Amino acid sequence: MTDLRVSLAGLELDNPVIPASGCFGYGKEFAAYYDINLLGSFSFKGTTLEKRFGNPTPRIAETPDGMLNSVGLQNPGVRHVIDVELPEMRAYFRKPVIANVSGFSIDEYVETCRLLDGQEQVGLIEVNISCPNVHGGGMAFGTDPASAAAVTRAVKAVAKKPVYIKLSPNVTDIAAIAKACEAAGADGISLINTLLGMRVDLRTRRPVLANRMGGLSGPAVLPVALRMVYQVWEAVKLPIMGMGGVTTARDVIEMMLCGATAVQVGAANLVNPYACREIIEQLPVEMEKLGIGSLSEIIGGAHA
Amino acid sequence: MNFTITTNERLTEMVWRMTLRGDTSTLTAPGQFVQVSLPGFFLRRPISVCDWDGEGLTLVYKVVGQGTAAMASLQPGEHLDLLTGLGNGFRVEACGERPLLIGGGVGLPPMLGLCRALLRAGKRPRLLAGFGKAAECFLLADFETLGVPVTVTTLDGSRGLRGVATDAMPLLDFDSLCACGPLPMLRAVWRQTGGRGQYSLEERMGCGFGACMGCSIQTRGGSRRVCKEGPVFDGMELMWE
Ligand SMILES: Cc1cc2nc3c(=O)[nH]c(=O)nc-3n(C[C@H](O)[C@H](O)[C@H](O)COP(=O)(O)OP(=O)(O)OC[C@H]3O[C@@H](n4cnc5c(N)ncnc54)[C@H](O)[C@@H]3O)c2cc1C
Ligand SMILES: Cc1cc2nc3c(=O)[nH]c(=O)nc-3n(C[C@H](O)[C@H](O)[C@H](O)COP(=O)(O)O)c2cc1C
Ligand code: FES
Repeated sequence: MTDLRVSLAGLELDNPVIPASGCFGYGKEFAAYYDINLLGSFSFKGTTLEKRFGNPTPRIAETPDGMLNSVGLQNPGVRHVIDVELPEMRAYFRKPVIANVSGFSIDEYVETCRLLDGQEQVGLIEVNISCPNVHGGGMAFGTDPASAAAVTRAVKAVAKKPVYIKLSPNVTDIAAIAKACEAAGADGISLINTLLGMRVDLRTRRPVLANRMGGLSGPAVLPVALRMVYQVWEAVKLPIMGMGGVTTARDVIEMMLCGATAVQVGAANLVNPYACREIIEQLPVEMEKLGIGSLSEIIGGAHA
Repeated sequence: MNFTITTNERLTEMVWRMTLRGDTSTLTAPGQFVQVSLPGFFLRRPISVCDWDGEGLTLVYKVVGQGTAAMASLQPGEHLDLLTGLGNGFRVEACGERPLLIGGGVGLPPMLGLCRALLRAGKRPRLLAGFGKAAECFLLADFETLGVPVTVTTLDGSRGLRGVATDAMPLLDFDSLCACGPLPMLRAVWRQTGGRGQYSLEERMGCGFGACMGCSIQTRGGSRRVCKEGPVFDGMELMWE
């Protein structure tokens, strides 16, 4: 018998597979394809205090083995999420869900987290610190240990639920950021968000994305994500949700060996709506082949 | 959803028609689209359903880049993974008795399925098709077989009337319209009719089924996903002025 259960600082999961924020909406579209209650959990679309339309289109570009997006955090705002999306979600998802929060100032993070923390369905808060700080010259919170710590401390002061800080990979020293978040009281670390990239249309000689630059994700980023999860595991004692380029059960196992307790799947859901179900079905088969009895035993197994 | 290619033939220098056999039960309206997974490409390609029945469907596509070029190289008997039944499609019941269907270039294919649906509903559609030149025309015989009046415009006058599709609109009798084609054409039709009619739009897509917000546009009623609430929008919803 294989055991897929894992434990994320206070949140017990039937399996470690979690669709990543921005790639699963509020789950509704996927619930039309399969019963999403078989997931460990899922992280819903990045939510801000006020509603945002996001960036102009084109927002999507293809890359070798991946994609760029510049959606720009389109979301209906936290009150609409609480009044409409969460009540609707009860009809098709019965497990605790992960609330992904974005903000452009510390006050905005705090207020959005406070409101979502009070929702019964929310099991865990994931704070996306890849957003630019409007009071800090537009530099992303997640690219500086001091600002990352400041967001963490402020959010932890209002949240009762576990708080995971989701790191940006667009930094020179990911371990330093993770340590700063740990010292500021984070309950766990999520990584990686998308890598900044761009593409140019050869005919028009202009960037494909209206926003010029966008975030790279998909299989192309897997080795970068594995490396960063590995480094963060060595730097902090906190549980890690690893993600970036995961498309198969074997990728999940590899991410867990690097140090992830749970594994998020992003872009793979967009090109194959059944991706997470297939991964969960395939996990016991791969575990059997590799002689793994319990998934929780392999976390960090790649470290000497 | 697994489909088997039954034919894949060239219609013009750049335009191909592919027929596929597979489960079409999720298709509910003309103007819906499929997302085609192509080996070697991460994102799927959105292509309108030209026509369909209980056994399979037809796609008509122009080779514009590497993905569509790969599609053109596929052989009968090969398999393709499709997500089908995507988008809203045209509303047949919202058309009058004499709808004008306007198709520009590869905006023409979904008009064929729409035309058959309108005929089944007892309406009398007519087609206005705009192309660059005579050699680029395709699918017109399929409309003629249905017995609907067909008007053609070409930019160089090598077939039908010289000019763009909107030039021919004042000559035609219609009480409602459905349009699909390049954005400049759609906008011209929209301006000429004061925003009447149904318009099928295109956007770059991440998923095609409403999950990624990659295809959002602003409409009078707020933001809408071209892949989910669209691709067909009522002209009154669009903000093209
Ligand atoms: C709802 C919808 C219906 C469509 N129906 C048809 C049809 O019936 N026949 C037809 O020939 N074409 C149709 N298109 C356009 C078709 O999707 C593109 O021509 C095709 O994706 C180009 O792929 P490529 O790899 O050859 O081009 P590339 O330029 O190499 O593609 C690169 C990326 O950009 C995307 N892309 C490029 N052009 C477009 C475009 N115009 N619209 C959306 N995405 C694009 C591709 O999907 C791919 O992800 C439709 C588009 C949409 C949104
Ligand atoms: C279309 C799209 C939208 C995204 N939106 C968000 C978001 O709102 N909040 C967030 O924290 N991450 C967002 N992400 C990042 C993913 O959650 C994930 O960190 C990243 O895509 C790497 O995983 P992947 O390679 O499996 O996609 C988005 C990614 C994509 C592709
Ligand atoms: S393409 Fe993903 S929401 Fe429309």
